[in-house]
Amino acid sequence: MVYLTRKIEFSASHLYHNPAFSAEENRRVFGKCNNPHGHGHNYVLEVTVAGDPDPATGMVLDLKELKDILQREVTDRMDHRFLNYEVPELSGRIPTCENIATVIWNLLESKITQGHLHRVRLYETPDLFVDCYGNGTGDAR
Amino acid sequence: MNLHLTRRYRFSASHRLHSAQLGEEENKRVYGKCNNPYGHGHNYVVEVAVSGPVDPATGMITNLSDLDAFVDREVIEPFDHKYLNEEVAEFHGHVPTTENLCIEIFNRLREFPRAKLQRVRVEETGNNSFEYMGESAGSGQ
Repeated sequence: MVYLTRKIEFSASHLYHNPAFSAEENRRVFGKCNNPHGHGHNYVLEVTVAGDPDPATGMVLDLKELKDILQREVTDRMDHRFLNYEVPELSGRIPTCENIATVIWNLLESKITQGHLHRVRLYETPDLFVDCYGNGTGDAR
Repeated sequence: MNLHLTRRYRFSASHRLHSAQLGEEENKRVYGKCNNPYGHGHNYVVEVAVSGPVDPATGMITNLSDLDAFVDREVIEPFDHKYLNEEVAEFHGHVPTTENLCIEIFNRLREFPRAKLQRVRVEETGNNSFEYMGESAGSGQ
């Protein structure tokens, strides 16, 4: 089994606000992330696909194909968007790194048909990232 | 959904590698420059990974302010700008290699009440890093 990782970047804004909380509760739980006009990050996404290289091509999957999938499913959807309002998959959910990584996992999992999606790692900043393994354990298999 | 959240922290400290179980020549041979008598320092980077269910009300595994406060109290405050051999009781008679430091940091963080501690990774320099996942984990990695 070989693990192949492709990295992309996108920039987007968001804010954390739960309409079920009072204004004070939102401020207490989310702090600056609750500022009403939002704020942004340069997100870095690493997508890891696991599989055995095809003997005919030597590839787990065609990187060009993976690049196109990431462009279509992630960049076109999220880059330079306000995630709360412009990404329907996140509507009604707080766009934390945890939830964005989960949405990205769900968008990509069925599109990767050679090998299988192993991990989605989303950096919100260089000092904060979330790894999503779907329902897998994250162990190398 | 299996999600791990990782946060990076920094502290600077000095240490000296010297084992009471080895003679003077043997200490020099084994630890080289790291055995110099007055110690030396590093800018350590600590990655702390936790896992757990995402609270639908907040979109979070754990509020980062809780994790930051816990790591600050348990690790950063006691270690930052300290001489590890002398000022951290656990290293009295215990060589503060970064292996041992990594295990010590894991043990100090394992009781974090808001999420499950998965992994501690310590970078001693940009070229050396050590990871510990507790005694029961890591074999499949």
